Amino acid sequence: MEFFVQLIITGTVIGSIYALLALGFTLIYKATDVVNFAQGELLMVGAYICLHLTVSYNVPFWASFLITLVFSFTMGFFIEKVFLRRMIGEPIISIIMLTIGLSSVMKAVVQIFWGTDTRTYPQVFSSEPFMIAGLSISRVYIYSIAAVAVFLVLFSLFFKKSKVGVAMRAVASDQQAALSMGIDVKKIFALSWGIAAVVSAVGGIFLGNINGINTTLSHFGLKVFPVVILGGLDSIVGAIVGGLIIGILENLAGGYIDPLIGGGAKEIFPYVVMIAVLMIKPYGLFGTKAVEKV
Amino acid sequence: MLKINNIEVVYNDVILVLKGLSLEVKQGSIAALLGSNGAGKTTTLKAVSGLLRPDDGEITDGEIWFDGERIDKKDAADIVKSGIFQVMEGRRVFKDLTVEENLIAGAYTRPGNTVSTAMERVYNYFPRLKDRRSQLAGYMSGGEQQMLAIGRAIMAAPKLILMDEPSLGLAPLLVKEIFNIITTLNREEGTTILLVEQNANMALSAAHYGYIMENGRVVLDGTTEELKANDDVKEFYLGLSEKKSFRDVKHYRRRKRWLS
Ligand SMILES: Nc1ncnc2c1ncn2[C@@H]1O[C@H](COP(=O)(O)OP(=O)(O)OP(=O)(O)O)[C@@H](O)[C@H]1O
Ligand SMILES: [Mg+2]
Repeated sequence: MEFFVQLIITGTVIGSIYALLALGFTLIYKATDVVNFAQGELLMVGAYICLHLTVSYNVPFWASFLITLVFSFTMGFFIEKVFLRRMIGEPIISIIMLTIGLSSVMKAVVQIFWGTDTRTYPQVFSSEPFMIAGLSISRVYIYSIAAVAVFLVLFSLFFKKSKVGVAMRAVASDQQAALSMGIDVKKIFALSWGIAAVVSAVGGIFLGNINGINTTLSHFGLKVFPVVILGGLDSIVGAIVGGLIIGILENLAGGYIDPLIGGGAKEIFPYVVMIAVLMIKPYGLFGTKAVEKV
Repeated sequence: MLKINNIEVVYNDVILVLKGLSLEVKQGSIAALLGSNGAGKTTTLKAVSGLLRPDDGEITDGEIWFDGERIDKKDAADIVKSGIFQVMEGRRVFKDLTVEENLIAGAYTRPGNTVSTAMERVYNYFPRLKDRRSQLAGYMSGGEQQMLAIGRAIMAAPKLILMDEPSLGLAPLLVKEIFNIITTLNREEGTTILLVEQNANMALSAAHYGYIMENGRVVLDGTTEELKANDDVKEFYLGLSEKKSFRDVKHYRRRKRWLS
């Protein structure tokens, strides 16, 4: 029982980070129609930058965290401006190729600077676990879930209440009509990439604190596909539900099936779920067809 | 206020749609732009508002002036900021945003502290929108969506509204209501309006001046009184010509006088 609960807790932590990644992915997809295969690399770069600032320059962790967010935002913003801006109107397949190319370049750059060895964050959160209802839960888990929750709430408010947030959803809904409102659609595109890079970096930094980092961190990017297939592309709630389900199922598979078959179940389980869902409901479990009214 | 000088518009680098079109809209007036399907009315409006680019259209010749400033090379966003707002054909509400969020999007170029008063003004014009303020726009009726589309324009407080077929697909009673709003906007807020319509009858009674276009050019213009009295306009746009027998069908098909 204790083992089961621990798996659920780990799954929730990882799942909440998936939710954040899925939010970034969805944002880019809905606003700019780009399927971003470099989402995981945005996460990886964020994790490395924050680690580097903390370890090499002895910047306090909270300051490194904030600097990394600013850096990530700028990086996302300029990736759109420099690379994707030129691809507007080009075939989807070319744009996908471009994001795959970007992901390879980012991985290569990280390897040039930091090599391929696993690096670990210095002790940021005390290793003294929290005791909740007789369970010991490591502190970094609690902080991670809390940080992700704060970001998700901030973004829901941003999209619901702020003028720019509403404009971003307007662009996602009807680009030309948004243009006719005087909304600067190009700026919104760049902004989407900036925000997507920020949320990815947050995920990367916490993953790094939990497991340490190396370039395989970028594989997390591919997990957004099962998550968005499950949760749909429409809402933040969908991303959260999808993220948590995938995170928890994956950990349960790792805990119970892997020992029986000697490993591998954890890695493939999210994709098995994805294929199963697609075969039953092609729009995803929570995805809806667009509101149509003529 | 708005002056279009001999513009040419080309789609996809090859399809020439506007072939030297000129027209003028006077400050404080309503001008109607009429013409059959495919004449280039929508293209004309998009040329003014800078919305051709997403359709791969381009102004290749001529100039457009607004308030003494040349605007044909400007970005859509800058054109809205300078005071021109297009209500697009087919309403184009943001379907998965609520009514209120649609209105907020309409006020995108306005300072934040003016939004709530502007919203009250819209709700005054269209009380029905107020009742549905938190409903998704996609689930509203066609008439309500048209109100919302005009409401977004009011939010932007423009000097000139370009209105593309506001009566499209609406029941006669609603058409009347929408035209009432258009004339009220013009009279009470002093908003200048360029109105594209299939419903020539309504358009000519609401407007002060009219242009008739065919095939990418203006072929006839005049005050609405002059146009209403013109035989061709009566025949082809107002459907007022005398009862026709089969023999007259040929006569009906003869080339329009202004084209010969
Ligand atoms: N994006 C486009 N690409 C190519 N051709 C286009 C495009 N948009 C319009 N056209 C062509 O330009 C011509 C004028 O179109 P436009 O939409 O301006 O006509 P309209 O007068 O508004 O017609 P309607 O009354 O049917 O709305 C048509 O022949 C149309 O096929
Ligand atoms: Mg049209």
